[in-house]
Amino acid sequence: MSVGIETASHKAYTEGETTGIPMGKIGIWWFLASEVMVFGGLIGAYVLFRIANGGWADQAEHVNWRLGAINTLVLVTSSLTMILALSAGRSGRHQRAANFLLATVLLGLTFLGIKGVEYSREIAEGFTPASGMFWSFYFLMTGLHGIHVIGGIVFNATLYIAAVRGTLWSEHHEDRLEFAGLYWHFVDVVWIFLFPLLYLA
Amino acid sequence: METAAEQHHEAPAGFVRRYIFSTDHKVIAKQYMILSLTMALIGGFTAYLIRWQLAWPETDIPGWGPIGPDNYNAIITMHGTVMVFFVAMPFLLGAFGNYLIPLMIGARDMAFPRLNMMSFWTVFTASVVLTISMFVPGGPAAAGWTGYAPLSDNPIYTGVTWGQNLWILALALEFGSFLMGGINFLTTALNMRAPGMTLWRLPLVVWMELTAAVVFLLSVGPLIAGALMLLADRTLGTGFFRPDRGGDPLLWEHLFWFFGHPEVYVVALPGFGIMLEVMPVFARKPIFGYRTMVWSTIAAGLLSFIVWAHHMFVSGMDPRLATPFSVTTILISVPFALLVFSMIATVWGGSITLTTPMLFALGGLATFIIGGVTGIFLGSATTDIFLHGTYFVVAHFHYTLFPVTFFGGFAGLYYWYPKMFGRMMNETLGKIHFWFTFVFFNAIFIPLFAVGTHGSPRRIYELSSYTYLQPFQYLHVIATYATIGLFIGQLPFIVNFIGSMVRGKRAADNPWDANTLEWATTSPPPHENFEHIPVVYRDPYEYSVPGENEDWIPQTRPEPQIVYAAAD
Repeated sequence: MSVGIETASHKAYTEGETTGIPMGKIGIWWFLASEVMVFGGLIGAYVLFRIANGGWADQAEHVNWRLGAINTLVLVTSSLTMILALSAGRSGRHQRAANFLLATVLLGLTFLGIKGVEYSREIAEGFTPASGMFWSFYFLMTGLHGIHVIGGIVFNATLYIAAVRGTLWSEHHEDRLEFAGLYWHFVDVVWIFLFPLLYLA
Repeated sequence: METAAEQHHEAPAGFVRRYIFSTDHKVIAKQYMILSLTMALIGGFTAYLIRWQLAWPETDIPGWGPIGPDNYNAIITMHGTVMVFFVAMPFLLGAFGNYLIPLMIGARDMAFPRLNMMSFWTVFTASVVLTISMFVPGGPAAAGWTGYAPLSDNPIYTGVTWGQNLWILALALEFGSFLMGGINFLTTALNMRAPGMTLWRLPLVVWMELTAAVVFLLSVGPLIAGALMLLADRTLGTGFFRPDRGGDPLLWEHLFWFFGHPEVYVVALPGFGIMLEVMPVFARKPIFGYRTMVWSTIAAGLLSFIVWAHHMFVSGMDPRLATPFSVTTILISVPFALLVFSMIATVWGGSITLTTPMLFALGGLATFIIGGVTGIFLGSATTDIFLHGTYFVVAHFHYTLFPVTFFGGFAGLYYWYPKMFGRMMNETLGKIHFWFTFVFFNAIFIPLFAVGTHGSPRRIYELSSYTYLQPFQYLHVIATYATIGLFIGQLPFIVNFIGSMVRGKRAADNPWDANTLEWATTSPPPHENFEHIPVVYRDPYEYSVPGENEDWIPQTRPEPQIVYAAAD
């Protein structure tokens, strides 16, 4: 027995829109929830370990907090350009949106460049992942964060290419700008936690 | 990302796109099922090796030869890893979750079909990596399925180098796969529901698959972090879990069990869900307390996050933690007791037909109760300190996971086989399979409760040096004979599973007179599941409604007044 949809006392039905929230948005939020637990586990382990082991102040004093602070500024600015790209895209100013996306990608690369300078200096001074518990956590946490930054840059760069070619600007694909933004802000927020915990504490 | 709602086309014509790299959730579900049943052969064979060694130590094992202490540790590690991560999860979540969620909510496919395909091929790669790890120099991982540090951390303890690294890699891929799968489950069930399919009309198995997906998603993160630390310890010279470098092995136990205990519910809830689908159909009665079941499921999911340290009462953690974790552990038995009582109340006084799926569902319930009750002994710190690390724990664990994985899984397999393959399975072979499985499963593990309470330690290669255990050695021998019986009992299943695909009776669309949406389409369903997306008017379990001519009302049958209004 097949019941025609029009005979039902339900409002018009479109497949895949039960909640009205775009599919990709639900997906990305669940993904970010799991990511929160990955970084949460790592940060929690680090904080508890550090409290239990007298602070590791002698090791922590060798990180370059100035470069870390600059990097914080770089990443927060890139979050801003990401938002501006979304808002420009939503209001139909596609060239402007593409430019802001490019700025976000370049700021992400700047962050990685500065991080690379930090790593090479630290390793040159003899601080490697094996130089003590603080350094183990430092390299693991910033390294994992760095991998996430690389992922975000790739994601944003593909959107930039799509924006320049014009394939991004359709009803369904425009949402991808928002999903990429959600991920990018998450990467930023993780750094906002890592910076004080690793550089200032 | 391209979603199912955007693509409407026929099944791909080429063999590779249709059966191998398919994006159809039904094909992917079958792939998961075949993968898990294949891995179960490896898991089962390792169980046979373990049991033989325990009954007749250091003798030639038929089909293998003698095993030494190193191999023994590797074999128990592989048994646990394979069974939990590569049998239970792909079977209960991968196969049934993938098959049932879109069909039961009235969707054409998963929300992200290509992500779904990627999930399967990732777990397939993980299985290949784990299988390869069994043959690398140095042997496979030998630190137990829990990978306790420093055993897993420092190769000098086990002599295993690449085996352990590949074990970590295999688990990482497996976790990635089920993360992608879980995101897909949740997005699908939230957004792809047919008109009228409210959350309160979802079949219980869907609720349980979803709760399992959320629990997995939120518990695996810390273990992913832990796995990275373990890998760094082994390859980069860090010392997160090594006391000689300033680390702490207890951290690994916390990170592992923060995931490891919720993982039990990730596996248990879908198994329960399957039993709860089968029982009302073959008792012709509605689920007793549907909403209570949903809330119990959610409560169990939430509580599962705060019980993990009951695995660590004797680990050397702060003993003041024992009491709170005992309390939460006893507390989590409340929602599970509600689930069990609801199952009993559902079948109580029903018109029960003892088909093969019903037998497996009832068998699963009966054996799970033993697992649940013995859990109370272990959840309470005072008794756990005595029983910890004995065969009592082994028996308890198998009495919880075997019922959900194999009784629950087989109940689902026999129940949905007509829908999946379009043919009926043979009932006689099915019943032989059930009775062999039921009798021999109990015959393996009841003796192990006994040896455990007599103090027989687990994870020991050779028990004959413990003279106080010699009077109980016969129990190990019984358990081993029963293991062989259990494996012989699986032969009718293999014959039935493969044979019915070719020679089974053609299945009707709804051979069991069941209400849920998967029975409202053909057997097997067409490429996009439904000719027209069904409209849902009812709860999923309206069986034996007073005043009706038939004892079942499908979810798609309109309420009389709606038909009246529509004819207006």
